[in-house]
Amino acid sequence: MRKFLQDKEHLVRMAGLFLAGLGLFLVLRVLFVPKDFYQLGHFRTGALADNAAWAVAFAGRAACESCHPDVVTERKGSRHGAIACEACHGALAKHADDPASLKPTLPEARKLCLVCHLQDVAKPKTFKQVNPEEHMGAEPCTTCHKPHHPETA
Amino acid sequence: MESMIHGVEGFMYPNEIELQWSILIVLYPYITGLVAGAFILASLERVFNVEEVKPTYRLALLTALAFLLVAPLPLQLHLGRPERAFEMFLTPHTTSAMAMFGFVYLWYLMAVLVLEIWLDYRKEIVLRARRSTGGMRQLYRAMALWSDNISERSLDIDDKLGRFITILGVPSAFLLHGYVGFIFGSIKANPWWSTPVMPVVFLFSAMVSGIALVMLVYMVACWMRGTAIDMRCLDTIARYLLYTFIIDFALEMLDLIHRIYEADESFKTLDFMVHSRLYFPHIIVQIVLGTILPIGLLGLVQLMRLTESQRKGFYATAGVLTLIGIFAMRWNVVIGGQLFSKSFLGYTTYKLDFATREGLLSATIILLLPFLILWVLVKLLPPWSHQEPAV
Amino acid sequence: MQTDRREFLKSTGAFIVLTSAAALAWDSLVAGTPEAASTYKLHDHWWAFAVDIEKCIGCGNCVRACKAENNVPLEPYYFRTWVERYHVPRGDIERPEVDSPNGGYDGFPLRYQPGDGSKNFFVPKLCNHCSHSPCTQVCPVGATFESPDGAVLVDKTYCLGCRYCVQACPYGCRFIDPRTMTVDKCSLCYHRITKGLTTACCETCPTGARMLGDLKNPKDPMHEFLRNHKILVLKPQMATGAKLYYNGLDGSVR
Repeated sequence: MRKFLQDKEHLVRMAGLFLAGLGLFLVLRVLFVPKDFYQLGHFRTGALADNAAWAVAFAGRAACESCHPDVVTERKGSRHGAIACEACHGALAKHADDPASLKPTLPEARKLCLVCHLQDVAKPKTFKQVNPEEHMGAEPCTTCHKPHHPETA
Repeated sequence: MESMIHGVEGFMYPNEIELQWSILIVLYPYITGLVAGAFILASLERVFNVEEVKPTYRLALLTALAFLLVAPLPLQLHLGRPERAFEMFLTPHTTSAMAMFGFVYLWYLMAVLVLEIWLDYRKEIVLRARRSTGGMRQLYRAMALWSDNISERSLDIDDKLGRFITILGVPSAFLLHGYVGFIFGSIKANPWWSTPVMPVVFLFSAMVSGIALVMLVYMVACWMRGTAIDMRCLDTIARYLLYTFIIDFALEMLDLIHRIYEADESFKTLDFMVHSRLYFPHIIVQIVLGTILPIGLLGLVQLMRLTESQRKGFYATAGVLTLIGIFAMRWNVVIGGQLFSKSFLGYTTYKLDFATREGLLSATIILLLPFLILWVLVKLLPPWSHQEPAV
Repeated sequence: MQTDRREFLKSTGAFIVLTSAAALAWDSLVAGTPEAASTYKLHDHWWAFAVDIEKCIGCGNCVRACKAENNVPLEPYYFRTWVERYHVPRGDIERPEVDSPNGGYDGFPLRYQPGDGSKNFFVPKLCNHCSHSPCTQVCPVGATFESPDGAVLVDKTYCLGCRYCVQACPYGCRFIDPRTMTVDKCSLCYHRITKGLTTACCETCPTGARMLGDLKNPKDPMHEFLRNHKILVLKPQMATGAKLYYNGLDGSVR
């Protein structure tokens, strides 16, 4: 052994340096690789919970309907009945959680209606769209249409 | 961001308008390319016994080291969260070519370059340790790992091991730069990048740039030191530069001809891009000034009988043009690949700032830094000290 | 005396080593329990999405709702979902005119007149939640991944912001959030669907052009939708396993 290592001890020291580096690397791995990595795939399992934990801004129509059955009745039979409440009234999870904390503002009729119903050649032909000048001039849409049941006046 | 929209022509997916990879990502393949190329030149002597280029052996290795030390810098500066870069060592994703960066880099730096330089220089390091005093003595002793043994047998062992490391280093250099080509070449979403020849093209243009760099550094170093250039060495380097260049050019032309012939769905938009936004960097700088002209100059030297000073002029010009041309090649790949929309319906522009983290100033500093490091390395470990003092 | 001391040191050493080993093992055991949102079982779901182009009216509700729900930067150009308008002059599907002003956030200004022989329609776009996603393939650290229930998600605490995934997505779905310098994209409103709600964009779509589906649920209406319509995904030649199914996708759509 002594004979084999003669004139090589500088190489042994270099090898030692490399091994020390490798050892340090392994220790750092044990310390810093997230404990829940690799369980379900090449990712941190906790990321699933992180993604699931964000706060909700839209309550969802079921929440609205549970407190406003009168509107549900009003919208029955109308094409607008298929639209979720928050599509027009905005994100209202805060209101659903605590009605007093946030009072939804009434959307500005003509502006909101035209977002969908303004005539555009790119909209499907079967969709009801109007040219405002021809259809109602300067009148607001609510003069003739109830937003919750627009088919009736 | 608002202003970016004005640089858009046609339609781009909204998230595509801002370029993702900047000039720093152009620099990274350029720098690792120089490293790989310089190393291949050094290995010509050590492995392939082209002993004419021996005068540049050590200089090539030091150049490779200087540039390799700077290589991670553009990447770090570019990351959105640079403090998380070490995650590539903790949980490298084996399906991602980028994940091998940390390991390939460390392997090449320590197991190939540092080891080879150390083994080749060890005698001088020990001698300098014995000769110097104070801080320098401590430094040299540490570099020698506190060993004082420079017997014939130990140096012989060093030489054999060094040769083995160099042989190992050749495929390692190919891997160090080839994987960068694969990073681009494997992206099926981007037709400008996606091609199997990308790693090979990158590698050959890397060799071209590395050889040109060492050639120029050698010429400048001789001029600064007032020593004569070994023309046999220089002529040989220039010849290898020419050969490698021809292969590189052939590969790029193959890719181009293939694209034009097949003319798939991406061709029209790419063709238009090359003829408009990329015309100057691609046609003028990369192809004409950066490839055809240097090949022409180097080829002329082989065909005509020129004087020594004429050849030096041709080599210097060809070398500088080559370095600019290969930089343009990296630019055209990285930036070019982001100028067109993946909808093939539009183009955007690259706005290069000056004093921001990814601006021109950072890029310039990153390119100048290796020369500073090289200067320090050359002072510490002169590549041309053949006068050894008495032991 | 010597032997006793040696014995003592040996047993103390063993005690310390074994206790710390046990502690480490316990730690990793406890940390390893995946956090579940109470009753949501990962492996009971396989999420997909469908868009019916014949129903989209380009109102932009989805774009606005998504930005509100997911705290997406308002200034252009950062979109988890956006709407494109296609104008195909005289049936030339190779040369459509496409626009997406602010992603459709403010709707679409009137631009084209009827009667010029062109075909016009809207195409909503979002992350395709590919089952062989090229974006998760290239992430160097595993900061983006395919969840076992079919959503492609981002781990914001782990992402380095290298932007490789943004380059690899063929559909342009990803962007870098300038506030965190990490990547962001449609998460299929994961925080909603794991609680039994639908996505914000589906909730606010007035025409039912967008629908979320759970392919593991045999009663999900998506099965019937996929059966009854001619379905296409974007860029099928890329074989990304895209789970965003379109009805009415024209040949001009990129």
